[in-house]
Parts: sequence; C-alpha cells; structure tokens
Amino acid sequence: MSPTQNRRDFLKKTATVAGLTTIAPGILFYNVSQAKPDGEAVTSKVRWGMLIDTTKCATGCTDCVDACTKEHGLNDNVSAEVAPQWIRKVGLRDKQTGKETSLPMLCQHCEEPPCVDVCPTGASFKRADGIVLVDKHTCIGCRYCMMACPYKARSFIHETLENQKPHSPRGKGTVESCTFCVHKVDKGEQPACVEACSNADHNAIIFGDIKDPESEISKKLAEVSSTALRADMKLNPGVRYQGI
Amino acid sequence: MKLYLLLTQIGFGLLLSLAVNAIEKPTPPKANKQFSTEQACVEPIDIMRRYHGHFLKHHRDDTMHSGVRTTQHSLVECINCHVTADDHGNYPSVKDGSEHFCRSCHNYAAVTIDCFQCHASKPEKK
Repeated sequence: MSPTQNRRDFLKKTATVAGLTTIAPGILFYNVSQAKPDGEAVTSKVRWGMLIDTTKCATGCTDCVDACTKEHGLNDNVSAEVAPQWIRKVGLRDKQTGKETSLPMLCQHCEEPPCVDVCPTGASFKRADGIVLVDKHTCIGCRYCMMACPYKARSFIHETLENQKPHSPRGKGTVESCTFCVHKVDKGEQPACVEACSNADHNAIIFGDIKDPESEISKKLAEVSSTALRADMKLNPGVRYQGI
Repeated sequence: MKLYLLLTQIGFGLLLSLAVNAIEKPTPPKANKQFSTEQACVEPIDIMRRYHGHFLKHHRDDTMHSGVRTTQHSLVECINCHVTADDHGNYPSVKDGSEHFCRSCHNYAAVTIDCFQCHASKPEKK
C-alpha cells in the first residue's frame, strides 16, 4: 500500500480483486488441468488415472482394444502370434458363484513401477504426471521389464515395422506398452480407448487427474468402492477397477 | 627425389578432385513453406545444416520425458514440411530414394540414420 493511499481506498481495491478471483476459480482450475501449454513441462501436480467400471464392460466387446490398435497402428503388417497388446480383454469367473466379469487390462501406470526398478538403461521411466513410458531411444530390448510387470502389460517388437504413425514411433527390438495416449493427453484430449468406450455409449472408463479433487474421476473414486489389482504388491496403480 | 614427391602429390590431388567431381552434390527437394518471412527454416540455414542433429536430440528428450510439445524443433514437423509429395500424391521412400529430404544428404555424407526405423518418414495422410 502506498503511503498516500487511505484505508478506505485500499479496502475497496482489495475487495474488487478478491471478487474477480472468486468468480473464476472453477473455470480456471478446469482449464489448467485439462490442457497444458505446449512449451511447458509436465508436473507432479497432476497424476493421470483411470477408473474402469467392470459392471458396464460387456463380455466380447473389444471397442477399446480396437481403438488402441487403430490409434497406434499396432497390427499393421505384423504376424498375429507376435502382435503387440497394449490393452487386452480379460475374463474372470468366480468358481463359487459362476459370475463372469470382463475387463480391459492395460499398463496400470503404477506409482512404484517395477518395470522402472529393473530397467538397466533407464529407458523405462515414470513421467512427473504419473505416466509410465519406455524411452525407445535407450531401450536395448532386454525385456527385464516384461518379466517384472505383474500385469503382463508390455510387449516386445520382434519384426521390422513400416509406416508407423507420426505420433506413435515404434520399432523392432524395443519393448512397448500403453502410453495413456500421452500424445493426446498432452493436448488435453482423452486416450483413444476412453473415447471409443464413451462414443459407443458404454461409458465404462473414466480418465482424469486423480490429484484434482474436482475432477470427475476423483469424485467417483471418493464415492464408489474400487479395487487396485494386486494391491498386495503396494504399487499404487493409476488404473482402478470398480465392481470386481 | 623432391620432384618425385611433388609429382605424386599432384597425382593424388588430381585423383581426389576427380573423385569429388564424380559424386553428385545432393539436391534435396524444396520445403512446403517458409518458417517466417525473414527466415526459411526454423533456424538460419547454415546453423540448421550443422546442428539439426543437436536440435532434434535435445527436443526428443524434452518431449519424451517432460511432455514438451512445441513444434519448432520436432521431427514430425521437419517431415511435414520437408517431405513433399509428387504429382500423384506419393511420398518418396526413405529406403532407396535419394528424393527423400533426409536421405539425399545423408547418402552423400555417408551417415547412417536410424530415426526412420521407428519414426514416420512421411507426413500422415489426412
């Protein structure tokens, strides 16, 4: 406050500023968490996560798997027996009751990823916003990470690839897995599987920032009971399942 | 003896100049557009010629590890601008074609590039 300013003026001005900031916060926070500026690095203020409602996930439906395959060109000119799987449908059956459940299985983007622990070159890494990736520039294809992953989420590329997508560089001799469609997420979009699931009106997958208490996923996680797969390993996966 | 040495040197010089003349200078295809009105490429041309590898490598780590998605030094944008289609809408192959922007110079300089084992060598068809 300048020495010439009197008390009344100061109070008026602060009240106006406070008023302006309280009208906008909901909108502002939403924008910040949705699309980061291109030139800015990701931060640990955000952690991307996924909540999959298995009660809405139909047996035999592969919309999410197909979307992933298309988005990243996974099956282009690849023999079926070595085709990579970034997301796959898994069926569960309760032996006592006979109840069957179907769910999509993908990289769980753990907070404590075992694939990162075992990587000898530092190619497996976790981004500040919780997305676990393989830097294929440093991957030597040793496949330790595939052994370490309790979710069997990673694939090795055995054959020479051609015509890869510009947003998804992939090549022989490296390990790869679900990237949470990081190229889309960085633009403020949703992963391809989530889009496909909601476009087909199944709405079984919610994707969002689990550190933002106002996000749809956080609210849902606070409301319903959800399961972390292999919670006994204390990996704190970013993907959680509802209804199993 | 000195004369003999001189003659050999001249001989080598001639051979060398012949060899250099025999290899054609690369003529990479023209880019789609100018970066700005003052500047043809994303950095001055002489800097690009010498340091494009450094720019790409630096940007690759920023993008991969920190999610920086600026386009000025991104490989995808190099390809979008520099790999141009012929009259039939076909893009040159990075494998054999000396027509491919990257390949034409790298063939001349005898430098192997591994980028395109994984990265797309042509713009995505819309």
